[in-house]
Amino acid sequence: MSTVTPLTTGPEITPKQLSASTVAKKKLSSPWASLAVIIIAVLWTVPTFGLLVSSFRPERAIKRTGWWTFFSDPQVTMDNYKAVFGQDGGINLADFFVNSLVICIPSVLIPLALAAVSAYAFAWIEFKGKNFLFLAIFALQIVPLQVTLIPVLEIFVKIHLTGTFWTLWLAHSTFALPLAIYLLHNFMQEIPATLIEAARIDGAGHVSIFFKVMLPLLTPALAAFGIFQFLWTWNDLLVALVFAGGGNEVAPITLQLANLSGTRGTAWQLLSAGAFVSILVPVTVFLLLQRYFVRGLLAGSVKG
Amino acid sequence: MFHTASTTPGKLLQMVAALLLFAAIMGIILFLAGRLGRGKGGDKWVAYLYLTPAVLLLLVGLVYPGLRTIYESFFDAAGKAFIGFDNYKTIFTDKDQLTVLRNTVFWVVLTPFVATGIGLVYAILVDKSRFESVAKALIFLPMSISFVAASVIWKFVYEYRPDQVGVKQIGLLNQIIVWFGGKPVQLLIESPLNTFLLIVVMIWIQAGFAMTVLSAAIKAIPDDIIEAARLDGVNPWTMFKNITLPSVRPTVVVVLTTIGIGTLKVFDIVRTMTGGQFKTSVVANEFYSQTFRADNQGLGAALAVLLFILVIPIVAYNVRQVRQGAR
Repeated sequence: MSTVTPLTTGPEITPKQLSASTVAKKKLSSPWASLAVIIIAVLWTVPTFGLLVSSFRPERAIKRTGWWTFFSDPQVTMDNYKAVFGQDGGINLADFFVNSLVICIPSVLIPLALAAVSAYAFAWIEFKGKNFLFLAIFALQIVPLQVTLIPVLEIFVKIHLTGTFWTLWLAHSTFALPLAIYLLHNFMQEIPATLIEAARIDGAGHVSIFFKVMLPLLTPALAAFGIFQFLWTWNDLLVALVFAGGGNEVAPITLQLANLSGTRGTAWQLLSAGAFVSILVPVTVFLLLQRYFVRGLLAGSVKG
Repeated sequence: MFHTASTTPGKLLQMVAALLLFAAIMGIILFLAGRLGRGKGGDKWVAYLYLTPAVLLLLVGLVYPGLRTIYESFFDAAGKAFIGFDNYKTIFTDKDQLTVLRNTVFWVVLTPFVATGIGLVYAILVDKSRFESVAKALIFLPMSISFVAASVIWKFVYEYRPDQVGVKQIGLLNQIIVWFGGKPVQLLIESPLNTFLLIVVMIWIQAGFAMTVLSAAIKAIPDDIIEAARLDGVNPWTMFKNITLPSVRPTVVVVLTTIGIGTLKVFDIVRTMTGGQFKTSVVANEFYSQTFRADNQGLGAALAVLLFILVIPIVAYNVRQVRQGAR
């Protein structure tokens, strides 16, 4: 290998393809590497798979034998899913599913809209105190939720909003703002200034520039953050516990699943089916929009 | 429209009403911005209008509550009597609280390094292989589900059945122990084993994040560098040590610190799996228990502030490393 000089590789082969395929081949030809990949992949899949299989097994079978016996003694039932959607037993997940949706939609749209106009102001308008304000909002990203919860709850009690969706909408929207403003600002800054200047020369004001120039270009960034915030809100437990913990009227599905796990820790027929009902929406969103989600992740962490 | 909606149509209606109200507010802001933006020096008024709602929400929902919590951390359980630093003293001297701190250290040290290590190795191994996208999706999928659902999944793995004739294990881990001739263990009750088993759940979730971000960094290494090294006959290990690792080092730092901050605030896993019992509590969970279960507002506030203080050095390190990398 080391005798090969760059000169001889010149005309015959396309170096890029060669490098890609040989590097891959080299790695995969090592049995240890393949083994490591397989072990990690199995470890990451089997726990979920076990619970998924269990959710289709009869209650008696789940409680007496391990899910792996399913393969020697397959028994399939939909009873568990019927049970978690049943009215009796007080665990009608359909209601909580609706709650989760009702919580999530405004909690995504409100911060997205507010952050978009804020980010526009930071990226394209000169005003006094701009740098200080931007730095302050950037710094707010590191404030842990826990620090804010109790005083926010006290405010909600004072203005009689407790037990309504408003608490969750307002809380989720506020907590999302620092990261949303920062991310959208980064995306907006990458848009060439000449586009904005051209629009200004044509007599467009900040409102029409925002709608006609910015929004279309910003769609991927909005989608990325929107998915991020949707998954965050859908999967949240802490905010829901603090603001909706009191009653079932506005509690999301994660809260109900956590309660089930606490009070009926051995009711695996309900827990397994319930877990998969709660997973359904985020996994679908994730699989359909993976590209945007990954882009959002990269923008959030690589740029720091 | 500010009442508690209890039927599905009622809930949906309230949601639509809220969205319309919000749209109306945004409409007014944009309308005023359109008017004000025309005059000379109107630009800055547009900026202030655009920023007002966000800044108001942040002031009321983040800045004031944060300061208020710091203030409350100097008061007693009922929030009435000023007790100075006593709550903080409790955190660092009380036996139960010291266990909480010890567990938090285990979490914050183990999770980022193990998750990032696994993510990095996996990203390198599957890079450019035939099954790359499927292999990556398998590891990444846990990222999209809730910590609560992940906890239920793993609680089932750790399930324990007493060691009696005719009783079979239904949890995979205990079954594996039995297959190898051991006796089943009450995995979530034995301390400190239980804390490590909870940490496994967090690693399981975060490795996908590490893998995705690092994989993008690996793909960004210029092909000609790899090609040159390959032509020099560099073996895979040297390639990893001298080319891959230095190239992705800034990203590794960002991933480590991001996971570290997330781990510091971990609450859902502990609460769902053990409720913080059996010596598994961590600061974020203890905050909740003290505030809402033990009705000790002062101590709860102090724990929240401690969380905030612990985040700062991690963020500072992150910012410094990223700056150095940019140079």
